[in-house]
This record gives sequence, C-alpha cells and structure tokens, in this order.
Amino acid sequence: MSTTYLIKNASVLGGDPQDLLLRDGIIAEAGALGPVPGTVVIDAGGLIALPGLVDLHTHLREPGREDAETVDTGTQAAALGGFTAVHAMANTDPVADTAGVVEQVWRLGREAGHCDVFPIGAVTVGLAGERLAELGAMADSAARVRVFSDDGKCVSDANLMRRALEYVKAFDGVIAQHAQEPRLTEGAQMNEGELSGVLGLTGWPAVAEEAIIARDILLAAHTKSRLHVCHVSTAGSVELIRWAKSKGYPVTAEVTPHHLILTEDLVRSYDPIYKVNPPLRTAADVEALRAGLADGTIDAVATDHAPHPQEDKDCEWAAAAMGMLGLETALSVVQRTMVDSGLMSWADVADRMSVRPAAIGQVDDLHGRPLAVGEPANLVLVDPNAKRTVDRTGLASLSQNTPYQGMELPGAVVATFLRGTATVLDGKLA
Amino acid sequence: MKRHLLSTADLSRDDAVLILDTAEEIARLAARPIKKLPTLRGRTVVNLFFEDSTRTRTSFEVAAKRLSADVINFSAKGSSVSKGESLKDTALTLEAMGADAVVVRHSASGAAYRLANAGWSSSHVVNAGDGTHEHPTQALLDAFTMRRHLGGFDGRRVTVVGDVLHSRVARSNVRLLATLGARVTLVAPPTLLPVGVESWPCDVSYDLDAAIPGSDAIMMLRVQRERMNGGFFPTQREYSRRYGLDAQRMAKLPDKAIVMHPGPMVRGMEISAAVADSDRSVIVEQVANGVSVRMAVLYLLLSGSESAIGSDEGQAQGHAQGQGQGQNQHQNTEPKGAAA
Repeated sequence: MSTTYLIKNASVLGGDPQDLLLRDGIIAEAGALGPVPGTVVIDAGGLIALPGLVDLHTHLREPGREDAETVDTGTQAAALGGFTAVHAMANTDPVADTAGVVEQVWRLGREAGHCDVFPIGAVTVGLAGERLAELGAMADSAARVRVFSDDGKCVSDANLMRRALEYVKAFDGVIAQHAQEPRLTEGAQMNEGELSGVLGLTGWPAVAEEAIIARDILLAAHTKSRLHVCHVSTAGSVELIRWAKSKGYPVTAEVTPHHLILTEDLVRSYDPIYKVNPPLRTAADVEALRAGLADGTIDAVATDHAPHPQEDKDCEWAAAAMGMLGLETALSVVQRTMVDSGLMSWADVADRMSVRPAAIGQVDDLHGRPLAVGEPANLVLVDPNAKRTVDRTGLASLSQNTPYQGMELPGAVVATFLRGTATVLDGKLA
Repeated sequence: MKRHLLSTADLSRDDAVLILDTAEEIARLAARPIKKLPTLRGRTVVNLFFEDSTRTRTSFEVAAKRLSADVINFSAKGSSVSKGESLKDTALTLEAMGADAVVVRHSASGAAYRLANAGWSSSHVVNAGDGTHEHPTQALLDAFTMRRHLGGFDGRRVTVVGDVLHSRVARSNVRLLATLGARVTLVAPPTLLPVGVESWPCDVSYDLDAAIPGSDAIMMLRVQRERMNGGFFPTQREYSRRYGLDAQRMAKLPDKAIVMHPGPMVRGMEISAAVADSDRSVIVEQVANGVSVRMAVLYLLLSGSESAIGSDEGQAQGHAQGQGQGQNQHQNTEPKGAAA
C-alpha cells in the first residue's frame, strides 16, 4: 500500500488555495476536502503547487563519467529541484547511440526511482556527425526514445541534418540541435565581443549559433519535420525563432536558467566555473531571452545540467571543461528572473517548465498534466517566500560546479511527488 | 602599486611612472663595474615558464639575480592542457617551497590572474605573458625605451603594426601608452584585429602607408608562423607588401622616429633586415632595457613602493602592507555579471 497524501491549501498554479488528495498514483480528489482517514496531511498553506517539472536537457554522465554524476545522484538532484522527469543527454561514454545504451540508462532511472528518466538518443554514430545512428531501434526500444540530439556537438552537415529530420517523422521524433557552426567556433572560449578582445580569449560569435538556427528552421520547414533548438543564447536566435513560429514552422526552443541570469562579465574573473557552452552572453541577450520566454517564443526552460569533477574546473580557463550544474537551482533562478520580476505568472512557469517540455519530449501522457482529478499525481510544492544561499557542498549532485555559490536565491522546493509517491518531503529526499 | 603585476590596465599613471623612474635609477647603477644590488637578498623568485621563451626568462633571471634574489627556473613543459601537472599543483608546490614571487608565462589567457587570485598561492605574481591576453613587462620596457628617445609621452604618436588579434604585447602596450598619454594607432589587416577594437583607447587603421608619416615610434609585431596558414591573409608576400616595414617605408618616417620590435623577428616578413639593422632601430636596446624594467618591477613588488633602494626596514614594512592590500584586493574581486 502506498501512502496517501492530503495536501491542504495549496495554491495551484498560484491560484486560490485548494486541497489535493493523492492516492494510488493519481490525484483522486480535489477542492475543499474534509479530513480523510489514513492519510498523511501536508499543510501547503502559502505554497504553490505546480505539475512536476520536466527537464529536456540533463547530463547524467552515466555510463562513463560516474565520477561526475550518476543516474542515481543526478535524479536525486532533479527531485530536489522539483523535477519528476528528465531527458538524459546522449553524450555519455559509450554514447547513447544504440538501443542497448538507451535501455541501460532508462533502466538505471527506473531503479533509482527519484524521477522518470527519458533517454535522448544520439543523432549520429558516436556523435561523430558522419552517419545516422539507429534512430528507429532506439525509438522502438523499451526506452521509447523520441528526442534525438548530438548535444555538445552540432549536426553541422546540412544534408545529414536534413536526413535526420526526415527520418524521425516515421516515429514522430524530434531533432534537438546544438546550434554551433564548428568552423566559426574553433578554439572558442567565451562570447565574442568587446570583452573577449580585452581578455584575449577566443570568441564564440553569436552568428555561429544563429547561422545554424536559420538553416535548421528552413530545413524543418522544407522537410515538415520537428526541430527543437537547444540552449538558445542570443537575442538574434530569439528573433529567428520568433520568425519561424510566425510562419507556422514546427520549431521549438529552450533556454537555460544560467542564460537567463548570468552575463559574460563574470568571465573577467577567469574562473572556469563560468565556462559553459554556449557561453554566457551580454545583458542585452539576457533581456531578449527573458522576453522570448515570457511571450512564448521560447517554449521551455531546460537546465543543461552539466556536472564536472573539481579538477576539470580548478585550472586555467582554456583547460577547463564547459558546463554548470542546474537541476537544484533552476526553479529558483526562474522565480527570480521571470516571476519576481513580473514577466511571468506561476501558470506560465508550469507551462514552460512542465507542460511544453513534456509535449516536446512526447511524454505528455505522463507529465505536464493539469493538476486535476484523475490525472497522474506528478507535482511539486514550492515555497515562493523562502530564501536560500546556495552552498555547493550541500547539493545532491556528485559535482559541485554551480555558478551560484554564495548567491541568495528565492524559493524552495518543499515536496515533490512522482505518481503519488513523495520523492522529496520537507525539502529533503523522502 | 598593487600586489601583483598582471595587466597594464591595473597600473595608474603614477604607478607606471614610478616603475619607469625606478628602472631609470637602476639603469644608472648598471653602468657600474659591480652591477649587483643587495636589495632582495634572501628572497626567492621563481620563473615559472609553461611556454618556451628563452629571452624573457633570461631577462627576468638576470633581473632577479642583480637584485641578489635566489632564482629558481621552473620550466613546466606541458601544462594541464597537455595532461602534465596542473597549474594548481605547480602553484601549491612553489608555495610550499616558499616562493616570494612567481614570474609566470603560460599559453592560456588569464593563467597569471588565476595564479594570483584562485587561492593557491600567496606569492606576488608577475605576468610574463599569458596567452593572447597581456605581457605587461614588455609594454613597460617598450615605454621605457620610448621615453628615452622621445622625451615623454604627451602627444607622441605610436603606431603598432601587425597581428593585434593574437598579440599580448599589443594589448599591454595600448593600455599602458594610453595611461601615459601617448596616442596609439593600431595598423593591421581587418582579419587580425579583435572584435570590439573600436572601443580600445586608440585609433585603428588598415593602411600602414597612411600611418607612417605621423609616427614618432613604430612597433612591428611578429606574425607567428601558425597564423600564416590560418587564412588570416592570402600569402606571406602579400602581407609583407601591405604591412611589412621595409627601407622605402622607413624613409617616410619623421626624422627622429624610432623602429621597435618585441622580438623574435621574422626578417623579411614584418620587417626587412635593412630596417632591423638600421640606426632607427632600437630593438637591441629594448632587450637591454628589459632587464632594468624587470628589476624595477621585482623591486617595487617585493620591497614595497615607499622604501628607498637598499633599506631593509622599508622592505619588511612594504611587504606586510603588500599582503594586506592583496587580501583586500581579493575580497574586492567578486566578479560582477549577475543580472538582477
């Protein structure tokens, strides 16, 4: 018998307080509920209830880099961050480019049990950008892969990208592109602009992202297949996606929390904790990304949670690995940049962090559902009035490469429920 | 003076002038038969070179030895980039050995900054060239050489020609010369200028012939061999024709103008042999001045800026002050960039 939870006075999507009864994996009753015998009562007064968050872009590092993160620790971090589902990126070692590897990751996720793990399959064999991986086999596997990405590398060959887009139509898949023109970014270390020139670091120009996005939008229109753009980072990219949507092309996009809050000025410290790909951009880009997320041009917030061991960050800039943690801080960053700033409502947060990412990942039969009777009991309770100072040593992730160390962020995940089972209670793993 | 010398951008006009004046004083002592000063006796200076540079390392070595410091040459071939010992471990090792100053040359931009600020080391750090970022002592010795020949900086026009994009010498020179009051013009093909150069405190031109007649000093930058095949310009010959300094172009310089080069030169590429060996050329003098300037820098960093040369009391005091400043500085280097 699983525990039955009676959540009292939760503000669903920021609306009027109501009660939710979680029983047998679903929301069994909702509204103003009287005492229910045999339940654990959770006082959710002052808390916001959102559908469990869905991350489209998580690096769990297993198999291959278990020193940085495992499926178990990464999904613990996810649950603590309010996620009930994560999409695990394919750039593991071995690469998730076969049914065998994606099924392994999927099974590890089930065993860990902290959130659902949906593996992303590689587009090309070994992420080498030369020939298609067995996309159909991954789609038909137990892992039921629908999202394919060479993330970390760009599918830069236009013909290969075209074929990938065409091929996944057979099983309603989507190609999630890491938009980075490789020749324009050889040795790139940070955003190209005035600051890169001063710091003497090789630039990663906005045009290298935008040129690929523009090409891929046209390819998606031509093939009538679904394109998803990973970690959009520039104002120009937002404009291109806005244009694509105005044309009705099947294009979606995500932005990371760090691109919503941090700017390239942090690189002045030469501290590689701020080294990430795509790089931190300018304040004008940050503003455009926030506006794009608020008006729906950008569909989703995706963490690009990228754990790295300490030695890969405790070094000179050029030698350091690219990437930063995100799962345990994502919702707080979104609250600060989008909700507290008045750009979005909590209902919008639910849309961008649960409903739309679930739809893009083709898992919207399980996640991103309304918080209504009969729906799966995947939800998160958030205290919007809490404040916390980020302490990297207190994170569930195996790695500590958070860029928010010592920063005070608003909001705290109080509880997370996966199919009616608490994965987090009182802000701790249940 | 700050605790470290990482960038010429950190130098106020007073700091820069103090270094140049101190170097001038030291250069006079160098004319004596016994060149050595007892100033840094008992102090340890480490030359930490992750990149080969015999000329810069030797210059620092001579400078430290003439100040009676103990010198350790730590040639760390292969940084963590090539999976050798990491910068951090090297720093911890030197710290454990009690290095008072670390002179660091590294292929990664920001390596010196990292060494000074990452908490791995409490030594004074002198940047002897970090990637394509800065090479402050080169700019200081260039300024020293210019001041000797041009008499000062106000209104003097300095033209820097060549691969500005990849040049730490150019970056350090532009900032220092602007601080000192000179007018700098960068001349390069557009492919060898960094994005955002228009915001630097200097003029920019693509036309060397237009810049020459107004130059009091012209500094030719080396074009590294690996750039020649990088598609930055069509051929070596075309580069030489458009941006090389030959005798014909030199003839159009004003009468007292000097020709400079940080070395090592590629004769026949950015500078012709006739120009390099002409009486306009102060290239060999630059090398000699390098020792005086580096002595001044080590002296000022390790002995404190207030004390006179040779005063032991002043040294101890200055050092303690220096450490205090360093701590303050560290606290104040919280990076900006978190948007609200």
